Amino acid sequence: MNNRDGRRRVKGFFAHLVLSWTVPAVVILFWQLSTHPPAILAKLLPHALWLNLLSHSANLAQTFPGPSQIFQAGAHLWKTGELLSAIEISSQRAAFGFLVGGSVGFALGLFNGLFSFAETMLDSSIQMLRNIPHLALIPIIILWFGIDEPAKVLLVAIGVFFPIYLNTFHGIRSIDPALREMASVYGLKSWSLFWNVILPGAMPSILVGIRFALGLMWLTLIVAETIDADSGIGYITNNAREFMQTDVVLMGILLYALLGKLADASVRLLERILLSWQPAYQR
Amino acid sequence: MAASVSALNHDVQGGVGSLSGHIVIEGIHKSFGAEQVLRGIDLTIPHGQFVALVGKSGCGKSTLLRLIAGLDTPTEGRVLIDGEPLKNQNSDARVMFQDARLLPWKKVLDNVGLGRPGKWKPEASKALKDVGLSGREADWPAVLSGGQRQRVALARALVSRPRLLLLDEPLGALDALTRIEMQRLIERLWRERGFTVLLITHDVEEAVTLADRVILIDTGKISLDELVDIPRPRQRNSANFGDLSEKILESVLGKVRETP
Repeated sequence: MNNRDGRRRVKGFFAHLVLSWTVPAVVILFWQLSTHPPAILAKLLPHALWLNLLSHSANLAQTFPGPSQIFQAGAHLWKTGELLSAIEISSQRAAFGFLVGGSVGFALGLFNGLFSFAETMLDSSIQMLRNIPHLALIPIIILWFGIDEPAKVLLVAIGVFFPIYLNTFHGIRSIDPALREMASVYGLKSWSLFWNVILPGAMPSILVGIRFALGLMWLTLIVAETIDADSGIGYITNNAREFMQTDVVLMGILLYALLGKLADASVRLLERILLSWQPAYQR
Repeated sequence: MAASVSALNHDVQGGVGSLSGHIVIEGIHKSFGAEQVLRGIDLTIPHGQFVALVGKSGCGKSTLLRLIAGLDTPTEGRVLIDGEPLKNQNSDARVMFQDARLLPWKKVLDNVGLGRPGKWKPEASKALKDVGLSGREADWPAVLSGGQRQRVALARALVSRPRLLLLDEPLGALDALTRIEMQRLIERLWRERGFTVLLITHDVEEAVTLADRVILIDTGKISLDELVDIPRPRQRNSANFGDLSEKILESVLGKVRETP
């Protein structure tokens, strides 16, 4: 019984995996075939048509290199060690900015959610600042901080701050007052009330905030690294643009997609663990 | 006032001592803004009595219960628990609400042990066993039925051995069969443990089945205070039961007809 259950779950997991990666796989396959027509077509197609196709795909491959070219570009950069160090430095910036902006946002969200005097004092100011697009701050940040690490970390931190602040605050405010009342009947106060009722009650909303923030984290970093950087993934792609290395640029873009997906998947895993009580996460 | 003092003396002479749950309510008024919900309630509930509060919606019975629980404070008058004026939360009382109010992020056992100090797991398991839910300790509340959730809420209320159990229509949302099961369970646990119970209900038959005393509240005042002198276990089809239910129901409805 248990064994069969387990097997069905494993099967379901693989079915889900295959289905969710079908579309990217098909896209990559067509992309590859249209930029690099396989040699076997030379025997199947009339000679004139084959030559035509070949010249078209050669034209296309200059501006729009195929997956195999991009892979080769990536492999080359990997061998020289440039790629790994770029990923390292970009991830460091992202993580550091996320940590700073996220913890300030979380702390302020808690503070304003728990104490209404704090909300009255701070919330409208924060809402005002929220309406400034954080990327609009780039000129002033360059003027103040130059193009060094603090500028990029700060920009990421500002981008990450708002979704985490808003969702933490909202999560705390939307806890069922009936549950709070029940908890007070059962003698829960301050810390025990926070650990047993408020934090777990706000957790679904906080995790939504983290997912939003991770998206903004990469977005902000890409912009920051493209505008001013001397290292990182953004620097590699920007540099490659100057030398018309389309394959390297596309590799950088795909790398961002991959890293973004990785960040999102890790939050999903966190949701699975922290929100296992929700009916949606129960089999 | 005089009556309540003599009742209190009686209780002290009776030597109930440490485990008590004697409630005296003196001249309680409660207003929310301009709306007067309770207009002068005097009531003495001796230790161990099972009291049912009936009345139509909005008559103030839930407000009275919240005052006794210490969740609200009266505008006028006071509540004495075992002779002591009630300040803040009533720590001897446990409340069961219309909805179970379980924490969805805690397993059943952790819900039962909520707020218990020290090694609470054995007593929480015991409480679950008492309400017939052994083996469900590790389940999430989301997978339980409505009746099972109320059982967990009952176990949680009783695990600390309260002197006073306040039931705010806890069976209102349950189906008829589950309801009868829960009534029997509550009655059994009350007889075994001897705590004081205050039950709010819309259902006159439920009140007559369970309570020693039925109190009718109408527009913020006590309009009927009836002792139920029927031996337990009570049969719904007995003549006494029918007569008394009829009488109480008539009083509830009669008052309804008077107010346009």
